[in-house]
Amino acid sequence: MRTILFILQKEFLQIFRSKGMLPIIIALPIIQLILLAYAANYEIKNITVDMVDQDHSEWSRRLTHQIFASGYFRLNAVKENIGSAMEDVRSDQADLIVVIPPHFERNLIGNNNEKIQVLINAINGMKAGIASGYIQSILQNFNGNIRMERLHQPAIYPPSPPGIDVTNVYWYNPHLDYKQFMVPGILVVLVTMIGIFLSGINIVREKEIGTMEQLNVTPIKKIHFIIGKLLPFWIIAMAELAFGLIFSWWVFHLSFAGSVGLIFFFAGIYLLVMLGLGLLISSRTETQQQALFITWFFFVVFLLLSGLFTPIESMPLWAQRITLFDPVAWFIKVIRMVLIKGSGWNDIKPYFLIILVFAVVVNISAALAYRKRG
Amino acid sequence: MIEVREISKRYVDILALNKISFTVDKGELFGIIGPDGAGKTTLFRILATLLLPDDGSARVNDWDVIKQYKKIRKNIGYMPGRFSLYQDLSVQENLEFFASIFHTSIKNNYENIQTIYEQIAPFKNRKAGALSGGMKQKLALCCALVHNPEVLFLDEPTTGVDAVSRQEFWESLIELKNKGMTILVSTPYMDEASLCDRVALMQTGRIMEINAPEAIIQKFSKKLWAIKADNTYHLLKDLQSFQHIDTCFPFGENIHVTLLHGEADMNDLRKYLQEKQHQELTITTILPVIEDCFMDLMTEDILH
Repeated sequence: MRTILFILQKEFLQIFRSKGMLPIIIALPIIQLILLAYAANYEIKNITVDMVDQDHSEWSRRLTHQIFASGYFRLNAVKENIGSAMEDVRSDQADLIVVIPPHFERNLIGNNNEKIQVLINAINGMKAGIASGYIQSILQNFNGNIRMERLHQPAIYPPSPPGIDVTNVYWYNPHLDYKQFMVPGILVVLVTMIGIFLSGINIVREKEIGTMEQLNVTPIKKIHFIIGKLLPFWIIAMAELAFGLIFSWWVFHLSFAGSVGLIFFFAGIYLLVMLGLGLLISSRTETQQQALFITWFFFVVFLLLSGLFTPIESMPLWAQRITLFDPVAWFIKVIRMVLIKGSGWNDIKPYFLIILVFAVVVNISAALAYRKRG
Repeated sequence: MIEVREISKRYVDILALNKISFTVDKGELFGIIGPDGAGKTTLFRILATLLLPDDGSARVNDWDVIKQYKKIRKNIGYMPGRFSLYQDLSVQENLEFFASIFHTSIKNNYENIQTIYEQIAPFKNRKAGALSGGMKQKLALCCALVHNPEVLFLDEPTTGVDAVSRQEFWESLIELKNKGMTILVSTPYMDEASLCDRVALMQTGRIMEINAPEAIIQKFSKKLWAIKADNTYHLLKDLQSFQHIDTCFPFGENIHVTLLHGEADMNDLRKYLQEKQHQELTITTILPVIEDCFMDLMTEDILH
């Protein structure tokens, strides 16, 4: 046991001595939290619009005003014809074209009927869908206003039969604050990075600089060496999580609906999976470069399948099945459940058991793969 | 103390060690002399329990290197050929770490390392990576000694070290030997051989000769000349094509030469070289050194 302590002491000495480590441990998480929390924002705002107003009437101006008053759209240019507006779409300056035809006002009032053309750049399907939704609701609203004002009729004519009135209430995140949703996931990424990258590379480094050879000729037991090498990063990752939570609470007013202790408990086991993976990779590689590349491969796959950026529910079924083996996905799910929804031990117990199985499997494989004699 | 019997080790397509056998007595300073690629490091790694031999057996301090490696690891000091300490830790921290993992302290074994430690003490707060080559090797020796081992394995400890540091290093080794430590040391430098009690001359995985350095030199029965001329390269070429030549090797600015019939061929050689118009020609009879013996053994080895 004392041996572990000596190795730990040496590791911390080296970690805090290295010039690159302190910024990595303190500055990078802050940058990552701030950058990703603000950048990975899926509320669609700032949709750029080209207006093609061929009517120049009072009503066309009112419609234009209403579109831009919504806050979702930003006027890019006012064009005279569709052709030049299409140029803007091709050059990516405009996402959307609204065409108000000539005699818009006359037809609307005279015929009670007029058509408006909306052209949307659908390269980004999600953005196009949301933009289309916004513009439709604005047009409906506009329609209703005309009826009220001009015809002194109820907004919906003929009066609709009494039916189902749909209102949305957003539970757990009533203001649809995207940061409440993103930040917990980013914290998971942070903890994962320290767990999987630093641990594996730290062991391979001993191989690469030759100190492993020197250590192998000492009575150090394999298990003591591994624990001594991994434990520092478990500690650092946990400290990082605490730091990240405090920072998020302070800067993003992150909600703490559930128990923080539960998150740390889960993270403690989750980190065993990550450290075990790092160990497994280190046992199969000879240089830091090899280890880094393989680790990076796993990390990217885990991250992209984690549901942090794309909801798992919108992935194809086969991909959803793969995410079942992604520890990052489980932890993101759990941390969101606990922090946002206030889930308790009984809610996360199944996830805890899954992670526990991962930890056992990964660490046993790593121990078997780790071929240090003695 | 060290007993090696018929050890062989093969790496895919090369036989790194080919039935090596030798013994080292307690308190002996035993040298393994051979060029790069002779198999010295493989031999050291097997004896230090880092590598398993394919064939044969070895015992260190009467413990088997395969079955009783745990006991061996507690009782040997090993200095790999490549500097293998923590470059980002200071001299003192390295020493303390290696002492601690053997459950001892610098103080406990201070007597053992005192002379060497005193040489590096002025730099004890400097990071190991910032030390000079000679200092690094002294620190590595110190770390290998800090747990008071009975046997010391030093794999090319003086390679890439300046002449003064090399001398100091060997003085330390002789001092350790005088205290009763068994030392196995390898070196590519033939001049260091004479400092050992006995040496094994090694070449392509085999031991050609084991003996005391003086005995090896005495065994060299041929007459040896050092020949020098203004153009060493042409001289070497011409010597190689001389019909009665036995061996000729460049040695510094001289060429060391033995002849098939010894003295009897010398007159012919003089004539031959004069015909070839070599200027500033000097030919002197010299006494052999280990390197001459090595070259001679190597030639015989190739011929057989």
